[in-house]
Amino acid sequence: MADAAAVSIRDVGMTYGEGAQAVEALSEISLDVMPGEFLAVVGPSGCGKSTLLRLVTGLRRPTRGGIFLQGLPVEGPRSDVGIVFQSPVLYPWRNILENVLLPIQILNLPVRRYQDRAHALLELVGLGGFAKHYPSELSGGMQQRAAIARALVHDAPILIMDEPFGALDAMTREAMNLELQRIWQAQQKTVIFITHSIAEAVFLADRIVVMSPRPGRILDIIANPMPRLRNLDDMLLPEFGEKLRQVRGLLGGKGPSL
Amino acid sequence: MNASIVWMRRQILPFLFFVFFIGGWEFLIWALAVESFLVPSPSAVMRALFRGVFAGNFMSHAWVTAIQALGGFLLGSAMGIAIAVLVVTFPVMERIIYPYIVALQTVPKVAIAPLIVVWFGFGMESKIIIVALVSLFPVLVNVMAGLKAVDQDRLDLLVSLSATRWQILRYLRFPNALPFLFAGLNTAIVFAIIGAIVGEFVGSNRGIGFLILQANFSLDIAGAFALFVVLSIMGVSFHTALQAIQRRVLFWNKTIDVDGNRPRQ
Repeated sequence: MADAAAVSIRDVGMTYGEGAQAVEALSEISLDVMPGEFLAVVGPSGCGKSTLLRLVTGLRRPTRGGIFLQGLPVEGPRSDVGIVFQSPVLYPWRNILENVLLPIQILNLPVRRYQDRAHALLELVGLGGFAKHYPSELSGGMQQRAAIARALVHDAPILIMDEPFGALDAMTREAMNLELQRIWQAQQKTVIFITHSIAEAVFLADRIVVMSPRPGRILDIIANPMPRLRNLDDMLLPEFGEKLRQVRGLLGGKGPSL
Repeated sequence: MNASIVWMRRQILPFLFFVFFIGGWEFLIWALAVESFLVPSPSAVMRALFRGVFAGNFMSHAWVTAIQALGGFLLGSAMGIAIAVLVVTFPVMERIIYPYIVALQTVPKVAIAPLIVVWFGFGMESKIIIVALVSLFPVLVNVMAGLKAVDQDRLDLLVSLSATRWQILRYLRFPNALPFLFAGLNTAIVFAIIGAIVGEFVGSNRGIGFLILQANFSLDIAGAFALFVVLSIMGVSFHTALQAIQRRVLFWNKTIDVDGNRPRQ
C-alpha cells in the first residue's frame, strides 16, 4: 500500500524548540495519499496544518518519523511537488507569463519548450489574455489562479495547497473551488489541500483529514464518495450535509464553522 | 469650473509666488540700499549668470564639477552595490568588513578630504574619490536592506524548487533590492554634488567650488549667487535624470511615492 502511495507519511512528529520551551506541533501523523486523490486537511488554527505542508514539501525536516513521495524519502526540497501558498506569492517585477515560467528557470529546464505549456495553463485557469500583464494589474482571485498555473507548470505529480483561497471573498472562493476541481480532473494530480473551511474541504475532497488542536493529531479521516464533477448545488444534498455534520462533530463544535 | 481652480492652484500660484519672491527681494535691496557685496539683487545675479555662462568660464568649470560628481557617484554606487552583495551573500564577510564600513561612515568625509587631496593630487581624481566615499554608504545600506528584506513565502517558493544561492540572488534578491537601490541613489546623487564642491574647496584649480571661492575672495557676491544657481540646476538635472531612469526600471513598483524617496540613513 505504502509503495503505491503518492504521498506516504509515517509516524511523523514535529517539535519546535527544546527542553521546557519545546512545543509539540504535530504528533504521530500517519497517512497515505493515493495517486490522483484529492485530500483535504481541516483543523483549527494552530493544529499544525502549515507545519505539515512544510514537512511534505521538504522545507523542514520532521523530528520523528519519515515522509515518502512516490516511494522516495523526503530529504530536502523536491521538484515533484508544486506548491500553492496562502497568498499568491507572485514576483511583482515579472509579468504573469514570466511568473508562471519561474519554476522552469529555477529547475534549469528549457524555457522555450515550456512556453506553449505555460500559455495552455494560463488558458486553463482562465487567464488566457493576461500573459503580459503584471501582478498588480490583476485581482486577488486572478493572482491566485496564476499561482496555480505556476504550481502546475513543471508538471509535478503532487500539488500541495495551503489555504489557497483563504484571502478571497466568498463568491470568488466558490468559483475558484469549481475551477480547482476542473483543473485537478484535467491534470490528474494528487492534491493535498489545507483549509480551515469545512464546507470547502467536503466539497473538494475525496477524503477529509480532521486534525485536533496542538499538538496536531489525526482525529479521523472522512471519505466523501459523492460523484464528480460536483457542482455548487450538491452542497444542498442531504449526504453533503451529513459529511459536514461528521467533520464538525469531530472538531467538537469548537472548530471553525462554514 | 472646478478644473480651472485646480489649474490655478497648480500653475498660477507657484508662478505668482515666484514673481512675488523675486520682486520683493529686488525691492528690499533697492529700498534698504543693501550693499551689493553683502546681498546682491536678483537682477545682478542674473547679469552675473549670463556673463559667466556666455562670456566667462562657467560652462567649462561646471563640466569639471559634473564629471567629478557623476564619476564619483557611479564609482561609489558600484562599490556600495558590490560590498552589499558580498556582505549579504557571505554572512561571515558582514562580521569582518561591516564594522570598518560603519567606522568609516562615522568619520565626516570633510575631515578626510584634505588627506585625499594630499594622496591623489589637485586634479579630478581626488574629487572623484571623495564623492565616491560619500555616495557609497547610502547605496550600501539600502542595497543591503533590500537584499535581506525578501518575503519569506517568495523565498520558500525558490527553496522548494531547490534553487541555488546564486539563483535566489538573481531571481529574488536583486530585483527585490531595486526600489531600495534607487532610494539610496537618490540620496547619493545629492551627496555627490556636495562631495565634489567640498573637494574643490579643499584644493583645486578647476570646478564650480573653485569659482565660488574665487568669487568670495574678490567680494563678487553676485557671481557667487550665480554659481549657486548653476549648482542647483546641475542638482535638479541629476535628480530628474535619476527619476526618469527609476520610473523605467521600477515600473512595477506601486509602493514607492512619485519622488521615489524612501531613504534610510
